[in-house]
Amino acid sequence: MTTIPPKTPPQTSPQAPVEAPAGMATAPVAASRRWTRETLIALTAFALFALLPVLAAGLEDTFMVFFAIRVMVFAIAAVSLSLILGFGALVSFGHAAYLGLGAYSVAILAEHGYWDVTISLPVTLLVCGLFAAVTGAICLKTRGVYFIMITLAFGQMAYYTATSLSAYGGDDGLTMWGRTEILGSGMLSDRTTFYYVVLGVLIFCYVLARMIVASRFGRVLQGAKQSEMRLRAIGIDPYWYRLVAYVIAGMMAGLAGALLANAAEFVSPAYMTWHRSGELIVMVVLGGLGSLAGSIIGAASFLVLEELLSHVTEHWRLIFGPFLVLVVLFGKGGLMALIPGGRKND
Amino acid sequence: MTEPILQLDDLTKAYGALKVTDHVSIDVLPGEIHAVIGPNGAGKTTLIGQISGALRPDGGHVRFDGRDVTALPMHARARAGLARSFQITEILPAFTARENVALALQARAGHSFRFLRNVSRDRDLNERAGQCLAELGLAERADIPAGILSHGEKRALELAIAIACKPKLLLLDEPMAGTGREETDRLVEVLQAMKGRYAMLLVEHDMSAVFALADRISVLVYGQIVATGTPEEIRSSARVREAYLGEEAAA
Amino acid sequence: MSATLFAVQTLNGLQLGILLFLIAAGLTLVFGVMDFINLAHGVQYMLGAYLAVAAYAVTGTFWGALVLGLAGALVIGLLLEVLVFRHLYDRDHLDQVLATFGIILFLNEAVKAIWGSTPLTLPMPEVLDGSFELMDGLLYPVYRIALIVAGLAVAVLLYVLVSKTRVGMLVRAGATNAPMVAALGVDIRRLFMLVFGFGAMLAGFAGILAAPILVVEPGMGDNLLILAFVVIVIGGIGSIRGAFLAALIVGLVDTLGRGFATDIAKLALSPSAANDVGPAIASMLIYVLMAAVLFFRPSGLFPARGG
Repeated sequence: MTTIPPKTPPQTSPQAPVEAPAGMATAPVAASRRWTRETLIALTAFALFALLPVLAAGLEDTFMVFFAIRVMVFAIAAVSLSLILGFGALVSFGHAAYLGLGAYSVAILAEHGYWDVTISLPVTLLVCGLFAAVTGAICLKTRGVYFIMITLAFGQMAYYTATSLSAYGGDDGLTMWGRTEILGSGMLSDRTTFYYVVLGVLIFCYVLARMIVASRFGRVLQGAKQSEMRLRAIGIDPYWYRLVAYVIAGMMAGLAGALLANAAEFVSPAYMTWHRSGELIVMVVLGGLGSLAGSIIGAASFLVLEELLSHVTEHWRLIFGPFLVLVVLFGKGGLMALIPGGRKND
Repeated sequence: MTEPILQLDDLTKAYGALKVTDHVSIDVLPGEIHAVIGPNGAGKTTLIGQISGALRPDGGHVRFDGRDVTALPMHARARAGLARSFQITEILPAFTARENVALALQARAGHSFRFLRNVSRDRDLNERAGQCLAELGLAERADIPAGILSHGEKRALELAIAIACKPKLLLLDEPMAGTGREETDRLVEVLQAMKGRYAMLLVEHDMSAVFALADRISVLVYGQIVATGTPEEIRSSARVREAYLGEEAAA
Repeated sequence: MSATLFAVQTLNGLQLGILLFLIAAGLTLVFGVMDFINLAHGVQYMLGAYLAVAAYAVTGTFWGALVLGLAGALVIGLLLEVLVFRHLYDRDHLDQVLATFGIILFLNEAVKAIWGSTPLTLPMPEVLDGSFELMDGLLYPVYRIALIVAGLAVAVLLYVLVSKTRVGMLVRAGATNAPMVAALGVDIRRLFMLVFGFGAMLAGFAGILAAPILVVEPGMGDNLLILAFVVIVIGGIGSIRGAFLAALIVGLVDTLGRGFATDIAKLALSPSAANDVGPAIASMLIYVLMAAVLFFRPSGLFPARGG
């Protein structure tokens, strides 16, 4: 009986062994089938999102539309985290910072009278990209648990900075008196238009993330997750690839943040607490690591579960906390593994 | 005289008081197989580390292909044409054999900051990867995840990845480690066939493989090179017998 | 900024440093020995404070609250170890993060459900209630001095335990090479449980000490947890000495930064701008410090493990 924790052998990356056995158990043909299944699940999700406003109009349920917007926004953030967590094994515990940075970029610009997307979009991407580049350059020098703690610390740094921005509401947050304009037009203030714009951004981000995963770049990223030493031996230094992936993920989450600010017409430091970062990780893992469609499903299930449980009791976390522990201890592969057509549990 | 492709010049490395590499100077000529043998604990792994760039020597120089690479990290040396295999198999288990090789080809082709084209549909890359695999008898197994290949196949895949890098020198760290008799014979055949195309520095425990393949053999004992010569010279050297082969026979 | 104010802020910084050390010590040991990242360590600090408040209601004395609070923290720590944590030691860090995150959600909410969200307080022991003239015109609460002394005493005790006793030797060896310790025939499971319970108790102790001077509220451990992470990252994971030094540095930098950043900013900026920028800079200081340390020493000041 040995309960020795596997001390990280020096030549492999710490998270490497996680995914490997799953991949190994798969038959050779399964790779392409897995992609088809992934596509089908994503298409189904998008179709449901597209039909939802129609359904909601029939039921005269406006809450449903608001709620679905929230789900889609967090799905974008989860997809962005999934890119580095699921495919690069980079456990970033500060991802909510980008949600907040994106939201604050839009809101602060609006506060100063810059409402148009032609300004707010580039600024948001630039701010998030820069923050990711600078902090990522430091974080990615470290491995394993150091990486987790440092991303967490930088996330907190962003959070505390936001709370101390007294000119922009500090702790209380900042109200945006309207929504981002598109070339001077206020079309986003129409709820349905805004809804479909969010859906469009979600689809765009999902497709982009999938292309990246399947590209040469994506192969390097996934290779580095399995064996850093092997990559060095064939002449690839994983550092720069991870950094670029980290920046892409940060910008994508920033985009989600910008949409979040628009959806609520309000921003607050609460968007970037470390609990939020933890929840993003939960969404990705709940959906299934290594699946981008899974992250969408994960985000949706998390928020629906939160919504349902909070109807049962105000203290819904009393149920959700142990549920999470059980999922970690006994669930493998996340919700994607439960959807038919996947690999059988062996 | 031809310029050596790899030249170790007075390399030293110590861990505390223990000298694991003690003024080692050897070279590998183009097209040559130069084997390094030695008992366990002779410092072979440390030497490999210093050649590949995983370890920095305390003193001395590593010259590769006409330039001093002592300060270069492993990935830069790999790009310069130094490919290695690992003693303990180091492959990407979730990737197929073909993907493993294709990644090496991709690395060889330049940077991989290409985000949009689907690499698994890159016919040219896949075909060339298939050729490398075929050369090592893995054509049939190309689309199987590397993690479920047999041990011998994994060793062969290591070599396939190495030759995909189109190296100027192959640094082979016990390529026969843990393989059965039959597989060893097959790997010797494969290396025999590649002989002349690549210079190789072969560190190996299997003496029959070493004597079958090597043009020259160096004997490393306690961090020092005690002899360098042709297989015949090494076989008949009293000093080597005393320092190494005798020890093995006694064991 | 007067000398008195500076002295007070320095003492406050030391006091935060001591609290951080008590939390970080357990965290760094647990990580060093078991390679286990425990996010729930912060809620163990919170539980210490709440248990003490509850025990005070029963016993009516601070000392009773202290003893019962410590016992309670130990019991809950061991219970968590047996129920959840021991099943996670051989999992990857992601699983550990998620499961302990689940425990945070649960315990924070449980505390809210049992005691409500309103902040509670724990009265100071009467002996220590009062002030102390440290220098001319500088009164400093006795309790806070006692807290610093108690913390230092624990630090010394911990140092002796880790460096002079057999268990301490095993813990140090375990931090460097757990498989080797197991190979020596040590019951590693018992060792883990011991270290874990001890760490939980230390965190609980910090919570009890903090209860009379800080508010006792749900989530009170969360921010300290992050600070403790910064501490052990700076100090080097697994190193008690590193944790001690880094805790004092972080405590001082954070407290002095918050105390004086605005004043310093006023030297360069207009007063209103300084009022905006000062607090923002102050809250970033320790993270900048951490980034700087990691930039030069990626494994912290005193790395316990080679490489």
